[in-house]
Amino acid sequence: MFFLFAAMIVIFSVLTVTSRKILRAATFLLIVLVSTAGLYFMLRFNFLAAIQLTLYAGGIVVLIIFSILLTSQIADKLEQPHLMKKIYAAFTAIIGGGLCIVTILQYDFKEKMMEAPATDIESVGQALISTGKYGYALPFEVISILLLAAMVGSIIIAKKRKD
Amino acid sequence: MVNFSYTIFIVLIPVFMFLLIGFFGNKFKPLVSGIIGTLGLFTSFVLSCFTAYQYFVVVPKVGGAFVKLIGFNITWLRFTENLHIDLGVLLDPISVMMLIVITTVSLMVHIYSIGYMNGEKGFSRFFALLGLFSFSMLGLVVATNIFQMYIFWELVGVSSYLLIGFYYEKDSAVAASKKAFIVTRFADLGFLIGILILSVTTKTFDFITLTDPNGSALHQGSSILFMGMSTMTWSMIFVFMGGAGKSAMFPLHIWLPDAMEGPTPVSALIHAATMVVAGVYLVARMFPIYVISAPAALEVVAYVGGFTSLFAAVIACTQYDIKRVLAYSTMSQIGYMMLALGVSGYGGHEGLGYMASMFHLFTHAFFKALLFLGAGAIIHAVHSNYMYEMGGLRKYLPITHATFLIACLAIAGIPPFAGFFSKDEILAAAFEHNKILWAVEYAVAGLTAFYMFRLYYSVFWGKEVHYHHTPHEAPLVMTIPLMILAAGSIFAGFIPFQNLVTSDGLPFIKEIELSIAIPSVLIALLGIGIATVFYRKETTLPEGLSKSLGGFYKAAFHKFYFDEIYLFITKKILFNYVSTPIAWFDRHIVDGGMNGVSYVTNQVSDKIKRFQSGQLQQYAWVFVSGAIALALVFIYYWTL
Amino acid sequence: MFEGVPLNWFLILATVMFFIGIYGFLVRKNLITILMSLELILNSVNINFVAFNKLLYPQHLEGMFFTVFIVAVAAAEASVAIAIIINIYRRLTNIDVERVDEMKY
Repeated sequence: MFFLFAAMIVIFSVLTVTSRKILRAATFLLIVLVSTAGLYFMLRFNFLAAIQLTLYAGGIVVLIIFSILLTSQIADKLEQPHLMKKIYAAFTAIIGGGLCIVTILQYDFKEKMMEAPATDIESVGQALISTGKYGYALPFEVISILLLAAMVGSIIIAKKRKD
Repeated sequence: MVNFSYTIFIVLIPVFMFLLIGFFGNKFKPLVSGIIGTLGLFTSFVLSCFTAYQYFVVVPKVGGAFVKLIGFNITWLRFTENLHIDLGVLLDPISVMMLIVITTVSLMVHIYSIGYMNGEKGFSRFFALLGLFSFSMLGLVVATNIFQMYIFWELVGVSSYLLIGFYYEKDSAVAASKKAFIVTRFADLGFLIGILILSVTTKTFDFITLTDPNGSALHQGSSILFMGMSTMTWSMIFVFMGGAGKSAMFPLHIWLPDAMEGPTPVSALIHAATMVVAGVYLVARMFPIYVISAPAALEVVAYVGGFTSLFAAVIACTQYDIKRVLAYSTMSQIGYMMLALGVSGYGGHEGLGYMASMFHLFTHAFFKALLFLGAGAIIHAVHSNYMYEMGGLRKYLPITHATFLIACLAIAGIPPFAGFFSKDEILAAAFEHNKILWAVEYAVAGLTAFYMFRLYYSVFWGKEVHYHHTPHEAPLVMTIPLMILAAGSIFAGFIPFQNLVTSDGLPFIKEIELSIAIPSVLIALLGIGIATVFYRKETTLPEGLSKSLGGFYKAAFHKFYFDEIYLFITKKILFNYVSTPIAWFDRHIVDGGMNGVSYVTNQVSDKIKRFQSGQLQQYAWVFVSGAIALALVFIYYWTL
Repeated sequence: MFEGVPLNWFLILATVMFFIGIYGFLVRKNLITILMSLELILNSVNINFVAFNKLLYPQHLEGMFFTVFIVAVAAAEASVAIAIIINIYRRLTNIDVERVDEMKY
């Protein structure tokens, strides 16, 4: 199972960053996000997977597609960037990736297998608004303010000016 | 003890006048600035006379000699305990004598200029500059240390530049003022080198310490020899170079004839009586050092003085411009003074030359100033400088004629006029020391009489010239100074200088030696006689003589081509071989270096500015690469 | 279902996705494709958190909650980014990242 999801993620993310048509890139992104949700399902984080599907796949990708339609000629092929640029970026990515992978492989992670707490909706909701030791009330409120700010900000930035 | 601190006012009043007239002159009527300047100088004159009376009569002598007193002193720059530059007033026989000379002649020139410069455009400026010059010269003579003298030396040079170039719209005047300044400035380079060598050797600037014959300063540096002469000799030769430039000794004499471009009162004040004697004064001031530590330098002084006086006298016989004749005459007489110093010893009768030189300086100031002011009156009447355009003026200018005649007799050395006494002492001193120099001076005495009377006869006798408008006598304000100076020329000879101004301060006995005096009077009369024969009536004798002397006459007429030689040296040699490479160096290497630095900076910044390209992805790339590089460094090479 | 899948493989997967996202960020010309690469990067971080939570500290749920918050932040940031892109499009009528360089020397 894992390998299926992993393969899908890697292949489609490569396609996202190299595809020459925008709409196809958006579609590949969508598939990557759905595969990630599948990974969460596999790890028994159902709530999280649902959020991932709803917000990411259903919200952000739709938003991206709307903006593509607003701003680009979707029938045209995207220009290929400069070769030198690709080489520099690839070089950096490979070195960085190599460094991280080598570091990961050198470290000994001690895995534990224990009983997981409940992850159903009710207990998640309780945790989100509780103020005790494992309560997340404060981040919850902060996130809500953040969302308010983002909303106001986007509207103001994207508003048509009357001049 | 007499308090002499009022003497500082003698020096300061003229500069105060300079500032007052300079800043506010255009608000007064011109005559008012003239009168203010004259009154200021009259005050200085009265104070100088009072100082002389106090110094020579009232102050008690020490051991029978006059002492050097400090009237006023402030310390300006202090380098070490012993080495400091002061500004102050030093009173000793020669400085007090010079105070009298300068203030008298300057006062006469001020009064005269009120009449002479009447109606000129720069009347107030003239009086301001006269005040500046008087201040500089007075400061020079009362200097307590050699550096103060140097400061005022330069100030005198500047004043001379401003006054020679007074008619700044005339190209010849501007060129003459530049020439004077550049030549004297070049000489001052030698003076400065001399000062530096001297002060390094003796570790002091102060005159009293330097010239104390019993002190140690004189004997420093006598063991160190450079090219066969001690350091003191070298420094004294360099110092003499400065004095030679200011006093127009050969070969730095070229500026003095051209300096006649200035107004005639300027010539009288600066180039006859005061500034040009600054060189003589310098040697006199440093005389103990010369005679005790650097006798070789004194020989140089004597020979330069002797040669210059002969050289100038020969040229003066051929010139037609009356001011040029007087300029060469001045050069010749200063040669006399330098020679007198050069043949002098120190102490008592040995110091005869010193006393004679100072005496001659004193009397020469009177009759030379009188000659120049008289020439000014003549020029004022006839509106021309040239002898061949004048003649028979004795009918029209009686007072000028009389005073001019008195001055000519004085300079020729006819008793009882002042010039006889002073010139006789010089000849006596020269005879005792060096017969060759005596012979030269003897010949020059004859030539002096000849050319002065040539001048006199050509102007006042000679052919009858038809003038455009009848020449009229000068106004009273111009003739009164002439008369006063004539009185000085007659009576100044009787002052007993041997009691007052001597090399070591002690008086000595001097009588007139008839064996020297009579031949000198005879040769003077011979010169006058030849001039009378040649010039009293219009004859062809002068042309006959000049034709028979042929090439020599032509060379003398062209001042022995020294101006052309100097021009050749500066233009062909200095400009082409010295200045051009230096200019090339300055333009290409110094400027090129600076330009190069800016060029490199520009190029580097041009390359560096690409870091801020505005490209988002470039910024991100740098960020990511930097983070990865830092991670590499921290993980593998260096732990914090 | 995930028994036997070592932690390392999750981490390596996340790393690969991260650096693919970085490559895309540095290479793409269209601003919206850059935004898409950015979402890839954020997702890779999410996978990392979840894997650590499940396999190293299974008794807590902090990784999951943190991921929820990251998703929320990503959503907010994407909306603001789109607003900016729309503004740029209005000014320049194209959204090439190389044209947006007025803050240069």
